[in-house]
Amino acid sequence: MNDEPVRLLHGSGQGLQLLLNQVVLPSLHIHEKDGPLEDAALLTGLTGTLAFTTDSFVVNPLRFNGGDIGKLAACGTINDLAMMGAKPHALSVSLIIEEGLLFSDLKSFLNSLRQECETAGAAIVCGDTKVVDAGKGDGLYINTSGIGRVSTPYNLSAAHARPGDCVIVSGPIGQHGIAILAARQQLGFSSTVVSDCAALDKLALTLLEAVPETRVLRDATRGGCAAVLNEIADASNVTITLDQAAIPVQPGVAAACDYLGLDPLQVANEGRFVAVVPEASAGKALGALKRHPLGKDSALIGQVELRERFGLLIQTEIGGKRIVEMPSGLLLPRIC
Amino acid sequence: MDRRPQFKDPALAKALLTKIGMLAKDLPEVRIMEVCGTHTMEIGRLGLRQRLPDNIRLLSGPGCPVCVTPGEVIDSAVSYAQMPNHVLATFGDMIRVPGSGQSLEQVKANGAAIAIVASPLQLIKMAEERPETTIVFAAVGFETTIPAVARTIEIAAEKKLPNLKMLVAHRLLPPALSALCGDADTHISGFLLPGHVSAIIGEEVYRTIDELNVPGAITGFEALDILGGILSVLEMLINQTALIINMYPRVVRPEGNPHARALIHKFFTPIDAAWRGIGIIPQSGLALRDEFKAFDAPVLTQGSSTLPKGCSCGKVLKGLITPSGCSLFGSACTPQTPIGPCMVSSEGSCAAYYRYERINR
Repeated sequence: MNDEPVRLLHGSGQGLQLLLNQVVLPSLHIHEKDGPLEDAALLTGLTGTLAFTTDSFVVNPLRFNGGDIGKLAACGTINDLAMMGAKPHALSVSLIIEEGLLFSDLKSFLNSLRQECETAGAAIVCGDTKVVDAGKGDGLYINTSGIGRVSTPYNLSAAHARPGDCVIVSGPIGQHGIAILAARQQLGFSSTVVSDCAALDKLALTLLEAVPETRVLRDATRGGCAAVLNEIADASNVTITLDQAAIPVQPGVAAACDYLGLDPLQVANEGRFVAVVPEASAGKALGALKRHPLGKDSALIGQVELRERFGLLIQTEIGGKRIVEMPSGLLLPRIC
Repeated sequence: MDRRPQFKDPALAKALLTKIGMLAKDLPEVRIMEVCGTHTMEIGRLGLRQRLPDNIRLLSGPGCPVCVTPGEVIDSAVSYAQMPNHVLATFGDMIRVPGSGQSLEQVKANGAAIAIVASPLQLIKMAEERPETTIVFAAVGFETTIPAVARTIEIAAEKKLPNLKMLVAHRLLPPALSALCGDADTHISGFLLPGHVSAIIGEEVYRTIDELNVPGAITGFEALDILGGILSVLEMLINQTALIINMYPRVVRPEGNPHARALIHKFFTPIDAAWRGIGIIPQSGLALRDEFKAFDAPVLTQGSSTLPKGCSCGKVLKGLITPSGCSLFGSACTPQTPIGPCMVSSEGSCAAYYRYERINR
């Protein structure tokens, strides 16, 4: 039935049973021996502080260079947990399937999702499946929620940046947004840029174990680094000044941004975070990040200063200073 | 090949800035105007104004095609978008520009059919796939954009596509330069001439503009290009010459692109045209030639080109004031609540100031 499309009849009754038993549950490695499907999962043995988050994924197209909607849906929620210093424990997976999506495609997206969860050690414990009429969805929407355990109480918050602190980015920026634009094939350019889509739980813990005094950790998704750094500056009432020359950008991303008139700082990432650490810990933080494959190109990109009129500034390649705005409008819709 | 680093080299940029500083000491106030929105944005992005001596002022001229588009064209685009069985296709730049009533973005939210395209050539496929729908393209832009529109019409004519129409609001640069130089109030010392437009029209055409008697440097878009353009204008001012110098020969050939110009000429003929905030400039617009009128989507409304109260777009576009000199700038008029197109077009001078330069108060 791989080349067959999901139909409306798969949204309830026997059709739904078929869809769940032949596609959804096997792809997620949920077996009969795990017991019957109940109305809610019971999570036992969780004590102390828990992190809880949710995210919906509407990326278009469903596949792109470096990932697909399944990988994105797992990584997005894992990363949100990791940014609060939590180790992912359990995820829910809700699917809204548009009539016409091929079973084979659904399987492959769910496989990607499961693999990321397995690697992160998070169990998929509950979920939901709906089918909507053709034309009423866009292939597939996925919502995931996640619970994580916070074993060490790191004191992380967007409001904790202090003047003198250093700003670090975990790798080259803007790859996910450009990979999506290239995958849409509407823009008259092809590109070899690979999305940075990745689970950051291990990289985040590597940093936090080495530098427990880390003040802020945020993944730079929609709106890119410009959005998160503006948020941090406002929440902490500081001004962050970036150094243009220090910001890692792959040549393919730089070229695409030039062509499209985009600022890489405003382009989405799905596997990059920014961290704010005390100045004295910056070297230790970079050392720890660079030892991990996902952090090998991490870089110190800016400094936190006393609040001026604007929250985020950049020192340009000719030594001028300018504002870096929070992106506005529909720069790149449907990116995640 | 990635050529970026050599045109962004910080050490070379510093050397050029030092040289500009030395030359500026021997000059009175110098007012250099750029007439290309890409220059406007790059100057803002670089934070260049803070790095120049106080007596070297950069002014943003009418270089943003959306910004000079009269209100009635925007209103017509909005009307076409709301007609049954019509799709209004446009570059993304136009979408948030306020007309006399609603913007395209506002009517899109209410169900009007609007397609954002990156190239007019995409219209061919749209028209072929939807024969029952009339595709109207908001054909806005200077000489850089016009050849692609002309080529689109050429293909549509070959394929006999009856459902592709052009709302023609193209504008030509040389007549605008002529008008700016002829305006006694502008006091322009020299021009950074637009690299992309010049790639089409070439160098020689500038030398035929009688009113253009100040230095002009055809300039590219990287940091070193722009610094080189400024330096070239300053050198000419010191030497008391007023030449047109091509500082962008890696893209602009002396003769420009004759093939592209022939394509423009095949389909369009020059007409007197209104520029938003500036007024009618003789022979500065284009109309489809009679034999291609079948592709014309005419302007539907007339007389909506008066500016909203307090909007100083005209003065900004002529370099008489900087955007922050407009009483609405940053208060009533922001990218979220635009009053004039200069605030929302991605190449508008008010947008550039708002986005990058409010730091320079």
